[in-house]
Amino acid sequence: MSVVSMTVNGKPASADVEARTLLVQFIREQLGLTGTHVGCDTSQCGACVVHVDGRAVKSCTMLAVQAEGADILTIEGLAKNGELHPVQAAFREHHGLQCGFCTPGMIMTAVDMIRRIPELDEETVRDELEGNICRCTGYHNIVKAILAASQEMR
Amino acid sequence: MSEAAREGIGQPVRRKEDFRFITGNGHYTDDISRPRQTYAYFLRSPHAHARIRAIDTSAAETAPGVVAVFTGRQVADDGLGGLICGWTVTSKDGTPMKVGPHPILALDTVRYVGDHVALVVAETLADARAAAELIEVDYEALPATVALDACQASDAAQVHAEAPRNTCFEWELGNKAETEAAFARAARVVKLDLTNNRLIPNAMEPRAAIGEYDKGSGIYTLHTTSQNPHVARLVLSAFVGVAPEHKLRVIAPDVGGGFGSKIFIYAEETACVWAAAKVGRPIKWTGDRSEAFLSDAHGRDHLSHAELALDPDGKFLGLRVKTVANLGAYLSTFSAAVPTYLYGTLLSGQYDIPAIHVEVDGVYTHTAPVDAYRGAGRPEATYLLERIVETAARETGIDPAEIRRRNFIRSFPHQTPVIMNYDAGDYQASLDAALEEIDYRGFAARKSEAAKRGKLRGIGISSYIEACGLAPSAAVGSLGAGVGLWESAEVRVNPTGNVEVLTGSHSHGQGHETTFAQLVASRLGIPISNVEIVHGDTDKVQFGMGTYGSRSGAVGMSAIDKALDKIEAKAKKIAAHLMEAAVEDITFENGAFTVQGTDKSLVWAEVSLAAYTAHGFPAGEIEPGLKEGAFYDPTNFTFPAGAHICEVEVDPDTGIAEIVKFVAVDDFGTIINPMIVEGQVHGGIAQGIGQALLEHGVYDPTSGQLVTGSYMDYCMPRADDLPSFTLGFTKTICPSNPLGMKGCGEAGAIASPPAVINAVTDALGIRDIEMPATPARIWQALQSAAPRAAAE
Repeated sequence: MSVVSMTVNGKPASADVEARTLLVQFIREQLGLTGTHVGCDTSQCGACVVHVDGRAVKSCTMLAVQAEGADILTIEGLAKNGELHPVQAAFREHHGLQCGFCTPGMIMTAVDMIRRIPELDEETVRDELEGNICRCTGYHNIVKAILAASQEMR
Repeated sequence: MSEAAREGIGQPVRRKEDFRFITGNGHYTDDISRPRQTYAYFLRSPHAHARIRAIDTSAAETAPGVVAVFTGRQVADDGLGGLICGWTVTSKDGTPMKVGPHPILALDTVRYVGDHVALVVAETLADARAAAELIEVDYEALPATVALDACQASDAAQVHAEAPRNTCFEWELGNKAETEAAFARAARVVKLDLTNNRLIPNAMEPRAAIGEYDKGSGIYTLHTTSQNPHVARLVLSAFVGVAPEHKLRVIAPDVGGGFGSKIFIYAEETACVWAAAKVGRPIKWTGDRSEAFLSDAHGRDHLSHAELALDPDGKFLGLRVKTVANLGAYLSTFSAAVPTYLYGTLLSGQYDIPAIHVEVDGVYTHTAPVDAYRGAGRPEATYLLERIVETAARETGIDPAEIRRRNFIRSFPHQTPVIMNYDAGDYQASLDAALEEIDYRGFAARKSEAAKRGKLRGIGISSYIEACGLAPSAAVGSLGAGVGLWESAEVRVNPTGNVEVLTGSHSHGQGHETTFAQLVASRLGIPISNVEIVHGDTDKVQFGMGTYGSRSGAVGMSAIDKALDKIEAKAKKIAAHLMEAAVEDITFENGAFTVQGTDKSLVWAEVSLAAYTAHGFPAGEIEPGLKEGAFYDPTNFTFPAGAHICEVEVDPDTGIAEIVKFVAVDDFGTIINPMIVEGQVHGGIAQGIGQALLEHGVYDPTSGQLVTGSYMDYCMPRADDLPSFTLGFTKTICPSNPLGMKGCGEAGAIASPPAVINAVTDALGIRDIEMPATPARIWQALQSAAPRAAAE
């Protein structure tokens, strides 16, 4: 066991974890932030995407101890002062979610995508979503929501 | 427009449930933790077929953190029954289907890779997993029956002693003699052999369960990922015998997709709730994706031979079909119904076919159980019919749109030769709209333009029909269902005028919290924010049949509508009393009760408060309170129908088929929320395209190992595999329910696979290609076609 400390959603977080504890396990089980989901065991579905020092990362692909000192943002920390982030608002406005399970990962991926690529088009969005699987929406409205949010945030 | 009108029927109201999902505040089963909970891990069979000579759990029992280890022996000693199939299919010789036992944990035989052998309960999941490694199972590996085309051979390994030649049932439907006669006078017979590929459902939330037992009350509680918690409770009580129904509470909280796979009552959930009493602590199990691949019920998996008889004008005279349907190693909750009454009954499609005869052999193999997956039987019927109709068009030289037009059913009601009585539809209207949208006439020009770029362009039509709104209880009862398929609703009006609606439907992505509230808002003239839809808890909702078969709108909302009728009737009585008028003189509109011809009026909240103050109610005439329930049993299935058209471009160098345009025109009757309906169609089409081009559940034919057991091997549709879709709607009102709704949840998955394959085969100029039409298969098809073309 070793103590790991990081900042999560702007607040200090620290816990004693086993070396094998994944970041996603630390977030869900130690911190009780269950908005970050686990949808597979081969790092493909993207339901667990969070931001580590501002970059989208599948939190099942790193150990909690590797995030020592990092600044973590999860879906729970995205809305500020009760205001939805434009990407969150766009997912609702454009019906970019159905069961909601892949949604936190989709939104965290989209926020990072819009930050990295100022001029998004449909093909790029679809390409960039390669690491996030949704079984409900057929991606049609997810793509629409991301393009709309990208416009909005320009 | 008033707020109530903006949120009423037909409006694209943004979803109420979204706030919690987009902020990470949903509560899926794995998000819930109970005090002192333990963790479950299931040891699964590594063999497709083996005898268990012995199981030694002693080392596991003393491993660190282990609370208990259970095997099939303890389950059997406790008197628990096995899992059941709720639908009995009768073979053509009059004998009932042959059912092998389906124990919660294997007793002496394992029958598929992933079959449940032991349950380890420990302080942590890691402890449970590690301890499972210490269980010694002495297996005697046996030959496995895997391939569908060989499973009925006399020398094939037997899955169940009860079912010789691995045949569970040999079912038929339709009139064989009339069909033979139709073929005898046919000008042309078109024949096609078809495979409907095995699919693995893959809802993004894996199945999960938390079993609990309260010693004081003797009440068990199961939180689980279910599409129908009441059905789960009924099966666990009445058939498995975990606990009496009134001592078992089943809660299905937020559920992350289902697509059929979460209808069924599985071993893991059952074992967790049973074992919770044994260990005296809550037990939590969350399947990982690998377990989901192995043990969630799979879908489809048919081999069929179809023949279509035509007259000289291309008019269909008869259809005969022989299908072998894989049931897997055990019958699952509804698996017998899927390849029979949800399949054979839809083989008339949108066409006037005077004679149909279908034979289906339901067979066991040493693979995971196969049950309902989005569309359930109807995609298989539609695929078969739309593929053979397309083939008929090509063989007769009649345009594919024209041959459909010549055969459309045009007057209603229409009794098909295979049970269904279609009540309303306009198939020509949806086909015409789809042809217009895709610019069918301009296709030839687009094809030659594509050819200049070295691409092979193809177009494919699928005119589909489905039977939804499952289902009239009397009808399904006569066909072998063990349950009725009505739905319940209860409307509770609070003194302050806001409303709770309890429904037996379950939402796992469909947006019921919004659409159901829209109906209530429309009826009562209140904002949807004043309506709470309550579902998924057997302690709150008295009973319900759950969500599948596109039934929640047509059946579930009709029940709510019926309860609202009663609410309105009673509220009018109260308003009449308050305004000293005759009840016949009270009108209720836009949330106001008015005495006709006067300016006397009361608003909704005044009447709901009066219902509870109850001051001066005439004794014996008006009871205090405002709460009504209703059960709605549909009088017929509903028949959503439409036309989907797909246009593809194939790159002959890579074999990649790109969908360049996909048009869907659907007739769902009344639409409550077009935004949500479009979302349902998008998702269905994506799953259908997945089936047509990408997805395939494959077992090694000898060892029975699942070779597509992860997202690295099973190709889930990604965003870059799919186009944006073009949707349109036509409308004929469904006459069999008060709202005129038909259902929209499955249409996309039913309609789209044949549209895609018709387009791909058109592009390649070949008769058939097996699904999924992967780049490798397409490339191979082109290579084997090329020498022929060169020779011609």
